[in-house]
Amino acid sequence: MGSLKLLPVLILLGPAAALAQSPTFGLGRTPSADEVLAWDISISPTGMELPAGSGTAEEGALTYRRKCARCHGADGTEGRAPRLVKSSRGSDANPWSYGRILPIRAPYATAVWDYINRAMPLNREGTLTHDEVYSLTAFLLEINDVIPEGTVLDAQSLPMVVMPNRDTWAELPDWKPGMPRLLGYPY
Amino acid sequence: MGVKRPNRRDFLKRGAALAGGVTLGAAEPVIRKATASAQSIEEQSQEVPSQEVQDWSSDELVAYGERSQHVTSVREPVNGRPSPDDFDLVFHIGTPLEEQVGAITPSSLFYFGTTRGSIVPTIDPAKHRLMIHGLVDRELIFTMDELKRFPSVTRLHFIECAGNGSSPRRGRLIESHGMTSCAEWTGVLLSTLLEEAGVQADGTWIVAEGVENVRGASSLPMAKAMDDIIVAYAMNGEPLRPQQGFPLRIVVPGFEGILHVKWLSRIKVVDRFYMTYNDYGHLRQDPDQAALSYQVGPKSVITWPSGGLDLPGAGFYEVRGLAWSGGGVVSRVEVSTDGGENWMDADFRGTPQRMAHTAFSFNWTWDGSEAMLMSRCTDELGQVQPTRAQRKGGLDNSIQPWRVQSNGSVTNGLA
Repeated sequence: MGSLKLLPVLILLGPAAALAQSPTFGLGRTPSADEVLAWDISISPTGMELPAGSGTAEEGALTYRRKCARCHGADGTEGRAPRLVKSSRGSDANPWSYGRILPIRAPYATAVWDYINRAMPLNREGTLTHDEVYSLTAFLLEINDVIPEGTVLDAQSLPMVVMPNRDTWAELPDWKPGMPRLLGYPY
Repeated sequence: MGVKRPNRRDFLKRGAALAGGVTLGAAEPVIRKATASAQSIEEQSQEVPSQEVQDWSSDELVAYGERSQHVTSVREPVNGRPSPDDFDLVFHIGTPLEEQVGAITPSSLFYFGTTRGSIVPTIDPAKHRLMIHGLVDRELIFTMDELKRFPSVTRLHFIECAGNGSSPRRGRLIESHGMTSCAEWTGVLLSTLLEEAGVQADGTWIVAEGVENVRGASSLPMAKAMDDIIVAYAMNGEPLRPQQGFPLRIVVPGFEGILHVKWLSRIKVVDRFYMTYNDYGHLRQDPDQAALSYQVGPKSVITWPSGGLDLPGAGFYEVRGLAWSGGGVVSRVEVSTDGGENWMDADFRGTPQRMAHTAFSFNWTWDGSEAMLMSRCTDELGQVQPTRAQRKGGLDNSIQPWRVQSNGSVTNGLA
């Protein structure tokens, strides 16, 4: 009798054992490709998700004047919003002496593009065109001496930009559960 | 012991002598300004306690229990610090820990920080969605109702901002420690959702993103995502407060506050550290400094008495505080009343839990001479809270001294 009672359980377990990766709860739905595309604004350091479009610093300077200068100041140094131009506080050979300024401290140019695209201008986020984001990125990188004059930034060239801080930041530790805060120290 | 409800004067009288004795229960506030109770004990004992009771009849008090009009503790902008944008928006709002009793911060008083001064968004939960996509076998999108059907967990966890820290210039507890709070969170383990989606072999990181105006996003290693991150929709027995990410946030136990993404709408499984704006701000040049910027160290602070308060005179006091660690359970708290010469074990109030504030207390009879109160936390990993001199960097977890002067005034021992 006992084995008969177990039978339905075995039937239920059968497919689960065969397809260990199948969903357990079956809740939610599959988003359409368009939905994922519309929501996904993350940009990898490889530039994998960068959209079509392009821009130069010259174009960026015009957009900056119209949409950014009111808060960041005419030259990116004197506004109420954070400074956008490096401030040399020591040896120019050390990018950490330029201050915590996105277009000079970020290790990847994709981070600059991403942040302008997702979060600027304040209170009108998401209104810039892709061309405008490329051109503003080019403008900020040029005034910080990261790229030469006339550089065209697009999905191919932007990830190739070598930021001054690309290799000078410390990797985070490979975190594991139960790890102390800092190996080798009492705390 | 009876359940007689003490009136204010009665409370002050007893509070001055016993600093919130056991009969008052956890709901009774600590005295906001100890100066209000600074009458001598002889004076107070000659007063006849008033028995007058006013009627409570307004709908507000009934429908969503307002606290007593006599309880006035509130959050404050911490050090009046503006947002980085300086657009008259306050960057961080601190919680009045010196008035908290027990380990849980009331939701109304839970500290909060905002991403670059953005306003707190209003989100209709009926329209809110969470998408999980990227390097998964099945991309998924959930409604709030669907998320609430998953097996849930309910856990106590603290959240602390990396900007929390002692300083000779931060004289009051809210200024040095007000950006940490602890709540009971309810939600789905992120590992449950990620297993449902099926993480692919090269999915080693996640990017969690909010739906607020600046789309705040942070990167986290997959090991943490699969360990104990909660996709939380409730705190302290009710839906999240808007300041805490209503209707959905992640709670990343023991990690710095900026990583606990609020107004959560998207989790992307990726193959590397994606280096968002929030992430880049945390980069450090020195590997030790970089390591320190993830997990909060063992930490504790005496919350009562603390800077700015006044003790009414020599005698018995229950010294109270909070201890916590990003490394797990608090295993020991010690208290010193002589500036660290001698240490004595404090008692836990409640059972310590992983990455949660643990309330502690220490029975102290003050002889009226100058004293220096300190507390020191040890966690289950054996990590010990450092002194200010031993501290190496990252979120400041150093020992905070409070000087009790012979006139009863309590000041920052670092000043």
